[in-house]
Amino acid sequence: MVLVFIDQQDGHIKKSSFEAASYAAKIAEITGTTAEGILLGTVNDEVATLGNYGLTKVHTLAEANLNNFDAQVYTKIIAAAAETADVVVFSNNTTGKAIAPRLSVRLKAGLIAGAAALPDLSNGFTVKKTVFSGKAFANITVNTAKKIITLNPNSFNVITTGGTAEVVALNMTPDAPKVQVVSTDLVKGEVPLGEADIVVSGGRGLKGPENWGMITDLAHLLGAATACSRPVADINWRPHHEHVGQTGLAIAPNLYIAVGISGAIQHLAGVNRSKTIVVINKDPEAPFFKAADYGIVGDAFEVMPKIIAAVKALKAS
Amino acid sequence: MKILVCISRTPDTTAKITFSDNNTKFETAGVQWIINPYDEWYALVRAIELKEADPTTILHLINVGGAESEPIIRKALALGGDEAIRVNTETSDSFNIASQIAAVAKEGGYDLIFTGKETIDYNGSSIGGMVAEMLDLPYISHAIKFDLDGANAVVVREIDGGEETDKASLPLVVSCQKGMAEQRIPNMKGIMGARTKSLKVVEAVAAEDYTSIASFDLPPAKSGVKLVSAENPEELVRLLHEEAKVF
Ligand SMILES: Cc1cc2nc3c(=O)[nH]c(=O)nc-3n(C[C@H](O)[C@H](O)[C@H](O)COP(=O)(O)OP(=O)(O)OC[C@H]3O[C@@H](n4cnc5c(N)ncnc54)[C@H](O)[C@@H]3O)c2cc1C
Repeated sequence: MVLVFIDQQDGHIKKSSFEAASYAAKIAEITGTTAEGILLGTVNDEVATLGNYGLTKVHTLAEANLNNFDAQVYTKIIAAAAETADVVVFSNNTTGKAIAPRLSVRLKAGLIAGAAALPDLSNGFTVKKTVFSGKAFANITVNTAKKIITLNPNSFNVITTGGTAEVVALNMTPDAPKVQVVSTDLVKGEVPLGEADIVVSGGRGLKGPENWGMITDLAHLLGAATACSRPVADINWRPHHEHVGQTGLAIAPNLYIAVGISGAIQHLAGVNRSKTIVVINKDPEAPFFKAADYGIVGDAFEVMPKIIAAVKALKAS
Repeated sequence: MKILVCISRTPDTTAKITFSDNNTKFETAGVQWIINPYDEWYALVRAIELKEADPTTILHLINVGGAESEPIIRKALALGGDEAIRVNTETSDSFNIASQIAAVAKEGGYDLIFTGKETIDYNGSSIGGMVAEMLDLPYISHAIKFDLDGANAVVVREIDGGEETDKASLPLVVSCQKGMAEQRIPNMKGIMGARTKSLKVVEAVAAEDYTSIASFDLPPAKSGVKLVSAENPEELVRLLHEEAKVF
């Protein structure tokens, strides 16, 4: 059995969990077994619809105190559910990264952190993962009987099957958490950067935070998340969680639009897995153009309003 | 208060990433080595600040690696910390590395263990969680703020799309990222002092490698940029819509 951890936040199953479920179902298919999910805490979504992503069964423990995330408590429950699992799959997000290593120790299961593709079973169990912050891939062989994989967001397409999953309640009492969540502060109504299909990003070329309207306007039109280069976050033009690159978030959206960013090697490391890269920079020598698919050599202050108008017209048509 | 900070050695962020031996080995020729930025800028500096606030704090650094790690360990000691421990073994497997750290930590009886949120070479984000499980301790990952409130830690951590404030009692394992502290540059006094600080080398405990590296690949090169005139940005929107089909 392949077990996939279904991550939820604020009463809703995260989009990255649909990718993880589809990925788990595909592994089940190629290894001739079934894929099941585990969902902890309470959600408003219909759990059985996870069958649409290829899961035959979802184990739930709908205890409100599991909405308080403690990796240690979660690990113990998942370990019990994973007793008959050969492979356990997580999203490589902050929740997955907190649980998967603990589970690796508990289950004596080798961990692939940050998978970028399906396992290759031609010679053992080998999975391609990102290394050097996106500058390269390593093919890692797992030597243990059980395996744990955390899947990079936006690395595997969701596959829908039209199926319905059987929902089974786990018969367990969670331990009292040692980590108490005092408060959460979610940026409402915005697309989380790590999961976004489209990202519009600004650099020091935008001169100051007062000019960010062109970034956020385009992002809103495209349903995109916003990001920035490191100096922009360092000087507090934008919040730290928008910082992408080698020492920030590594992202792989379908479309990355970089405005007024030079394309330093450390910046590219975090964004070069984006499928399509668009660069707008007034310097034709900016290194970013070498990593781009499309580009405009021009002044962002002149070019961006025209792009925004054209996208608006396109969306209206 | 006794704190252990985990320090990893990684290639510099500008290092050229190439592979040798039929793409099975990272080519280290010409590579400059640094302290993993998350370990240095955030985990170590925040631990130093805690020691500055309470000078009775004992601050130890640990590195799992060969003798070639010593320059970066000395650099870390130049920033701060009382002594360092190097576990003399070379492995790229997280489980093995975590087993070494857990063995030292068990002996040392630390109240706090800090790691960086990940290393910039293997990007595993695994050591903190593994050490916590081995020691049966709570673990808070991706911390952007850490404060002590008596015997409790108050930690702000990153979550998808926002932040969360947690409270936990010690002992505790925390992985650290941007926001925890500001990068520091070692001063002359620190560099001189680091030379005489204790750097203890201990032999590794027996531990398995759960994983091994079969080979590396580089991402396919881009085929080249298609430039659109600045006079006609509308053409870019058309290409993205009709050719790249990204919106
Ligand atoms: C250890 C280390 C880690 C790092 N990690 C990261 C990281 O994770 N992420 C990151 O981003 N950086 C990182 N950096 C910093 C990186 O080296 C660069 O300094 C940084 O990415 C530059 O940001 P920028 O492109 O916004 O600014 P700049 O380099 O100042 O570039 C601004 C660009 O804007 C263009 N421009 C100016 N005016 C206009 C205009 N009117 N219209 C259009 N274009 C214009 C300029 O031509 C220029 O190319 C790191 C550095 C180090 C040493």
